[in-house]
Amino acid sequence: MDMTFSQFLDYFALPFIQYAFIVGIIVSLCSSLLGVSLVLKRYSMIGDGLSHVGFGTLAVASALNLTNKSMFISIPVVVLAAFLLLRLNESSKIKGDSAIALISTSALAIGYTMSYTSTNSSSVDVCNFMFGSLLTIKKSEVLPSILLSVVVLVIFVFFYNRIFAVTFDETFAKATGTKSGLYNMLIAFLTAVTIVMGMKIMGTLLISALIIFPALTSMRLCKSFRGVVISSAVISIICCITGIIAGIVFGTPTGSSIVLCNLLLFLVFSIIASCIKRKKAV
Amino acid sequence: MAQVKCENVSLAYDGMKIVSDLNFEVNKGDYLCIVGENGSGKSTLVKTLLGLKTPADGSISFGDGLTQDEIGYRPQQTSAQKDFPASVLEVVLSGCLNKLGKKPFFGKSSKQLAEKNIERLGISNLKKRCYRELSGGQQQRVLLARALCATEKLLLLDEPTAGLDPKVTMDFYALISELNKSGITIIMVSHDINAAVEYSSHILHMSHKPLFFGTTEDYVKSPIGKAFIGGDE
Repeated sequence: MDMTFSQFLDYFALPFIQYAFIVGIIVSLCSSLLGVSLVLKRYSMIGDGLSHVGFGTLAVASALNLTNKSMFISIPVVVLAAFLLLRLNESSKIKGDSAIALISTSALAIGYTMSYTSTNSSSVDVCNFMFGSLLTIKKSEVLPSILLSVVVLVIFVFFYNRIFAVTFDETFAKATGTKSGLYNMLIAFLTAVTIVMGMKIMGTLLISALIIFPALTSMRLCKSFRGVVISSAVISIICCITGIIAGIVFGTPTGSSIVLCNLLLFLVFSIIASCIKRKKAV
Repeated sequence: MAQVKCENVSLAYDGMKIVSDLNFEVNKGDYLCIVGENGSGKSTLVKTLLGLKTPADGSISFGDGLTQDEIGYRPQQTSAQKDFPASVLEVVLSGCLNKLGKKPFFGKSSKQLAEKNIERLGISNLKKRCYRELSGGQQQRVLLARALCATEKLLLLDEPTAGLDPKVTMDFYALISELNKSGITIIMVSHDINAAVEYSSHILHMSHKPLFFGTTEDYVKSPIGKAFIGGDE
């Protein structure tokens, strides 16, 4: 480590570091909650597909010199893509996984072509969109992020029991009068909003890790749905904080540091789970 | 009045008509077994009864105080459920969802109902266990308890004994029979014709035409019943 502790503390006085912490933590929280449902519904790849659509919109926005308003362009487009993916998943004319590949590669291509031909955006922008960067969080984006995440959290808590029922057994829920199509759309909507919020820090290629890892890690050890939800939230926040700090201390990219923290915890939980299993078998 | 009445119902699958002129009714306390070869439309009929599909023709009506969303459905197990982290109590409680109305959380009455049904199916000792760690027979009981939370009137079971060993299967049939005697109407899709004949009060034998609907007693004597039972042994 080539910095002293006081130097390290000085970093926390920097506004952009504070913004990164605030946005990072709330995005981690939202994505981990939604991730539990998405992973269990076998929808993990939807998150991945949506992040590519998000990249497309960001790239187009920067090509048109609208970077400051990119969030407001991204959210409606990504929400629309989310609904489209759900519809395609149900219609089964094009199978779900191919539909996602179709939409995400198209969005990538459109985005990259636009930014390549435009004079407004540089390859640095593209790299930031792909892998995320702390420096891209602007003050004007912090408040909307907080508001959006409050909306996501409140809706998630309010519909918790219904989301559980639709996740565990959609057919049963539908048969007993729960509007499961509506709740699927709700989950897709919340996911879209969360992905757009998190894309700047995590980047297109890494945001889906934020959705998948905490849920998978928790599922190694937790035995109840509520346990998995709470543990995912805690794991996600811890990894986010550790990842950003590691980024500051070692100068590593934030997004990938957060993902590596998640990977580490996943491995630790997996080892513990297999030890417990072996102990029981003996 | 019958709880469920099917009149001249036709069912289609992928635009192909597979069953036409299906007529039957289910009254309170009946135990109806739906038997038939693979592809004869049993699962499509189940989905139609639940309102997940609309019949291609004809009508299904509900009466005697039963509405369509009061059918306690026990679906075939999905692959996603096999590694689902949920406690038994959480799964059973999710059956109370249709009593929730517009409220976000389960109240005391829902929790009591869940507890009552857990006790009724003899799985109180599993309440805090994880669903995915249970045996096939135990999982069946959990799903039944959930279905009972959704309704006290009619249970619709889609091949509930698939994948269970013979001993557990026998226990399961005994349990269903007991629930039936306590006044709950049962509709069961089954491959197990011998058990169907032994426990049910009515049989619907489906083929490309509904070949038989009537009491089990009549079914055993009918030519189609004789052929089907004989062929199974």
